[in-house]
Amino acid sequence: MAHMNSRRTGRPFAVLCLVLACAVACNKAADVAPDWFGGFKKPANFPEPVYDLNANPINQAGFELGRKLFHDPLLSRNNTISCASCHIQSSAFTHHGHDVSHGIDDKLGTRNAPPIMNLAWSKNFFWDGGVFHLDMLAIAPIENPVEMDESLMNVLAKLRQHTQYPRLFEKAFGSPEISTANFLKALSQFMLMAVSSNAKYDKVMRGEGHTAFTADEQAGYAVYQQHCAGCHAEPLFTDQSFRDNGLGPNPINDQGRYMITLNDTDSYKFKVPSLRNLKYTAPYMHDGRLLTLAAVIAHYRREVRDTPNLDPLLRNPDGSRGIVLSETEKTDLLAFLQTLNDEKFVTDPFLGVGN
Amino acid sequence: MKAYQYLIVFTLGVLSFTSCSKNEGPAPDQQLTGNLQLKFDHIVGDKKLQLGSGEYTNTAGELFTVDLLKYYVSNVKISTADGRTYTVPQEESYFLIDASVTESQFVNIEVPEGDYTQLTFLLGVDSLRSTMPVEDRTGVLDPAGDHNGGGMYWSWNSGYIFFKMEGQSPAVDLEGDPTGQHRYRYHIGGFGGYDAPTLNNIKTVSLDLSRAGTANVRQELSSNVHLFIDLAKVFNGSTTVSLAENPTVMFGDYSAFIANNYQAMFSHDHTHNFEPLNGTHE
Repeated sequence: MAHMNSRRTGRPFAVLCLVLACAVACNKAADVAPDWFGGFKKPANFPEPVYDLNANPINQAGFELGRKLFHDPLLSRNNTISCASCHIQSSAFTHHGHDVSHGIDDKLGTRNAPPIMNLAWSKNFFWDGGVFHLDMLAIAPIENPVEMDESLMNVLAKLRQHTQYPRLFEKAFGSPEISTANFLKALSQFMLMAVSSNAKYDKVMRGEGHTAFTADEQAGYAVYQQHCAGCHAEPLFTDQSFRDNGLGPNPINDQGRYMITLNDTDSYKFKVPSLRNLKYTAPYMHDGRLLTLAAVIAHYRREVRDTPNLDPLLRNPDGSRGIVLSETEKTDLLAFLQTLNDEKFVTDPFLGVGN
Repeated sequence: MKAYQYLIVFTLGVLSFTSCSKNEGPAPDQQLTGNLQLKFDHIVGDKKLQLGSGEYTNTAGELFTVDLLKYYVSNVKISTADGRTYTVPQEESYFLIDASVTESQFVNIEVPEGDYTQLTFLLGVDSLRSTMPVEDRTGVLDPAGDHNGGGMYWSWNSGYIFFKMEGQSPAVDLEGDPTGQHRYRYHIGGFGGYDAPTLNNIKTVSLDLSRAGTANVRQELSSNVHLFIDLAKVFNGSTTVSLAENPTVMFGDYSAFIANNYQAMFSHDHTHNFEPLNGTHE
């Protein structure tokens, strides 16, 4: 219509202006008010986050910057390893198939890469809880000699010389200055948005679209509540405590929480991991020693060792150890655990590489 | 009569001299401020520290060198004989002393005028600051800070390294240092724990300045307090530390013995009062 009109009145310039104006307006809309970026939303069936979102308000530019940083190997000494190298979205941000991860120069770590998932509710981080604020988390893998082996100072220097980052920091924080705090807070913004809350379990709990458990899943939920919820508490499926589940020391004698507290009663205790997204996060346990869920359940039924700090919940009144499950209960439990898998979380392009 | 006159002149002279040395200029006015300079001068026993090159012997009879020495001094307080205490504002009270950086060994603080007889500070970083949000950790506390090539922050166990000392010793064998460099590495920290109580190696150091020279702080002048830091004390105190037996001490129970030892390494040697500002008195 505009085109025809302009031809009639002989003003091609007006057409050009209109087209340009439209293009500019479209770009602006995409930049400023995207439909897809809703910011951080607490799922209705989740508690209030532990992270103080007022101290680091999430905006689209900050989130996108964090997402770019998360996927950027520039964070490592020789620009080969990014956060996403060992925290892969399709594996619920773990390192699928690796008991322990290989980082820079293919050096091996000592623990299984934990998922970047629901960290807004985490009181502390890593298997031993040695880091107690999300903003301080990223320094550990960056500086670990077998992970990214880079100094935080060097990372900031590389970012400051980069052709894009100063502009992206300005967009996110209002200043092109790349400070320690803004770098870490951008990464936090991305990690905070990695919320897994769309498993079948969540939909049942929120009463979404009349979703309901099958009979097996419902029976498995009851088994879970009786035997597992003491540590893997809803809705995060971890109570975030440190416990010894009777695995026994591994060959490198990793003492877990003891290394942080130096308290003998914390020896061989590790953080209770979430049961969410088990389908994507094998292998299991702090050192990835159990390859399948069947092996995990076999451990709790028959292989719990009598270690000095063994969790009391794994000691039975008759002196035996572990969880007593019938074959039917085991099958039902496995059916329920499948309802904790969140396919949207592992496929959502929003949490992917971005552009 | 002549002798009597001499005596008067002599007495006057002595009185005048005494009053001069005691207090040059007017009495302190607490509304005014002057400069207090703390000089951290490193020694090993009765020798000056020669970073990297000097060889010393510890109480256990082991030869050692020191090629890296850094530590945090924080929460500085000074008090007068009549009990008036000035606490340096928290935000401005963190200093990283580095034996390889001369400027870092001169800490200049603006304080109210006064005749200060007591100096108190923490060796380390207090637990409150150790748990503050990252935006409150700037300057020497920035985890990315240029700590001259050596981090003073533990990323895996959130907290600052309060005291870092490294060097070589023939007493450190291949078992003690598998890299074959015969190095000892002491990285001492631990602020007491965030959500579970643990090692607390924060040490309070309190020095009486009155014996070796009260700090007379006056406006537009500097009172330069010269401290000796004797690194021999790291190995010699309530515990005799052997480099052969403990070549690497980091976050672990043994670090408490070293921290208890080094708490006593500070002493006040002398004070230069009424110095011009911006001087770095050697």
